[in-house]
Amino acid sequence: MSTTEPTALYAAREPVFPRRVKGRFRSLKWVLMAMMLGIYYVTPWIRWDRGPGMPDQAVLVDLANRRFFFFMIEIWPHEFYFVAGLLIMAGLGLFLFTSALGRVWCGYACPQTVWTDLYILVERWVEGDRNARLRLWNQKWDLRKARLRAVKWTLWLLIGVATGGAWVFYFTDAPTLLRDLVTLQAHPAAWMTIVILTLTTFAFGGFAREQICIYACPWPRIQAAMMDEDTITVAYREWRGEPRGKHRKAEGAAALGDCIDCMACVNVCPMGIDIRDGQQLACITCALCIDACDEVMGKIGKPRGLIDYLALKDEAAERAGAHPKKIWKHIFRVRTLVYFVLWGGIGVALVVALFLRSPFDVSVTPVRNPIFVTLSDGSIRNTYEVRVRNKQHEPRSFAFSVAGVPDLAVTVEGGTEAAQDIAADTLGETRLYVVAPAGSAAAAAERSQIAIWIEDTTSRDRVSVDTIFNGKGQ
Amino acid sequence: MSKAPTKTPAGQVGTTGHEWDGIEELNNPLPRWWLWTFYATIIWALLYTIAYPAWPLISGATPGILGQSTRADVAAEIARVEAANAPIEARLAATDLTQIAADPDLSNYAMNAGGAVFRTWCAQCHGSGAAGAEGYPNLLDNDWLWGGSIEDIHATVTHGIRNTTDGEARYSEMPKFGADGLLEEAQIAAVVQHVLAISGQPHDAVLAAEGATVFADNCAACHMEEGTGDRSQGAPNLTDAIWLYGGDEASLTETVTNARFGVMPNWNTRLSEAEIRAVASYVHSLGGGE
Repeated sequence: MSTTEPTALYAAREPVFPRRVKGRFRSLKWVLMAMMLGIYYVTPWIRWDRGPGMPDQAVLVDLANRRFFFFMIEIWPHEFYFVAGLLIMAGLGLFLFTSALGRVWCGYACPQTVWTDLYILVERWVEGDRNARLRLWNQKWDLRKARLRAVKWTLWLLIGVATGGAWVFYFTDAPTLLRDLVTLQAHPAAWMTIVILTLTTFAFGGFAREQICIYACPWPRIQAAMMDEDTITVAYREWRGEPRGKHRKAEGAAALGDCIDCMACVNVCPMGIDIRDGQQLACITCALCIDACDEVMGKIGKPRGLIDYLALKDEAAERAGAHPKKIWKHIFRVRTLVYFVLWGGIGVALVVALFLRSPFDVSVTPVRNPIFVTLSDGSIRNTYEVRVRNKQHEPRSFAFSVAGVPDLAVTVEGGTEAAQDIAADTLGETRLYVVAPAGSAAAAAERSQIAIWIEDTTSRDRVSVDTIFNGKGQ
Repeated sequence: MSKAPTKTPAGQVGTTGHEWDGIEELNNPLPRWWLWTFYATIIWALLYTIAYPAWPLISGATPGILGQSTRADVAAEIARVEAANAPIEARLAATDLTQIAADPDLSNYAMNAGGAVFRTWCAQCHGSGAAGAEGYPNLLDNDWLWGGSIEDIHATVTHGIRNTTDGEARYSEMPKFGADGLLEEAQIAAVVQHVLAISGQPHDAVLAAEGATVFADNCAACHMEEGTGDRSQGAPNLTDAIWLYGGDEASLTETVTNARFGVMPNWNTRLSEAEIRAVASYVHSLGGGE
């Protein structure tokens, strides 16, 4: 800690050139990448028959008609708590996985990681592996460099277009939109979404890369609170590797640890860090350093796992030469069980709520301006705004009646009957008049408790809503 | 808590000198692109103040070279809406009054536009819920002074009632029976009891019987023999449960003594024919339309 020269306030990004690596975690990441990209691109094209007049897209966020379709499930805006519940489950799921397995989300599933991985793959195809890319970076611009850069950037842009292009299909009928895009007839919102997502994908996957994780993402800062010594995370067995040293045949080499300081773990790291420095914010636990180190250990005839998934709690035991605890003993602990119970409980509650949904939804709002109207024969009229959501894909007729107080007459505004037809899949608004005859108890009382019943005249499904009837209150 | 910041050789990170329970804050340099982003926002802000209204002057602000103005935006938006509504307003003004409700497009437009007109021009007297107030009729009930058909309501809104600005305004005038000495106080008391009787309220039967004669001589010409009123003169029905100025003894005595003279302005000089038709349709739909 000597004071030499003032530290620079700003630093340029140090470019990272991850080397190609092979191994079990790299293979796992390829499989996961293929699965996740497959889900992303295929989902909007899955068809799901919902009957005439309804969209036949399995997963559709229909912003224009304010509906969310997910296979057999159809969510209306007032049922948004289902989406809120899913988001809470997603949050708890992250907590669960983070407390058990550390930053697996960052390392395997985060779109930033997946797309950066894809971009690096393209980069390697075009420009070669780490050393070739380093040379290209350092050399002056010439025709070859310009050509390689142009090819790389073009491929990146195409991936960006494909990314943004797939996103818009979730919001409108995919085949129709594709036809509109091809014939240049699509809505400007679609074009703008594609352009913005293309540019952000291009910039984040091609250039910003690890800086998104380090500077832009809040998750690395939060997840430290969810990890503890039992969390399985990527770490360096410093007690086995140190002191590190290259010169295995030099004097005193017998005192060296297993680390031969070959920098393989650093060279493959997409974040450009050294895992041997210990746990750090920039580490996304992608496990590529494990693969790199295992390969080297295999070559020099040492056991694998100098860098490995391990729980920090085992350090003391391992230093003493004992075996670490089994992984499942780290994973199954009170903390992860609590997260799992919460996660599962909300999931079960959502499923139950989904199946207990009524086939139609009713809300009744008494009109309070004025609270009642005196008619010429002295009877008292109250008005209610009744909203009935017909959530089925066919028109239905609903009948209204009042219970709780005798002698009340019910009519629908503009008609003589208390019934209303509501078109398929719409919200019907009806003004309901309830009249208490002159001299009746309800007309005289200040307020009476009543219930308004709404009945589907075909299926005989009934729903009631409690409300108030206001009288003169003499 | 705070020590002197430390500096270290290149390749290592110093601290800011802040320390909490032995945990020190590293003094990592900010990324350079962050600095450029910061400069870019400053340049953006400066360009913005040139392009858009920004710098305050003595009276007003610099207009900005793009000439953008929220007032002009609003004016353009209003003009756009009016242009868009022009065809349906023309159709509304041309359609037979009784046919408006049968046309879903017209009736939907009339309900919304009429509701807006009502809340702007009518709510001051008739209330935002159209429930009226003492002296200002309730438009929700099924009792109408001048008629509750769509044509009647349209005529009332167009020409108004008892105003001096429209020659075609509905007009009638109740005599001030007490103030002008047309009736004795005892006669007034008697006729009030008669009105209480025919409207089904508690009353003095003897006085009411006397009052029946007074009523037949002085009131029946307008309010009809049975007291059921006459819409052609705006004479209220005295037998029902609805009272514009109160139906109790004191209010009725006041009404007979000094009379009432409710005035409504004519709207044909302030509202377009389409607006009048819209608000007439709206009022007609409120629950009492005939």
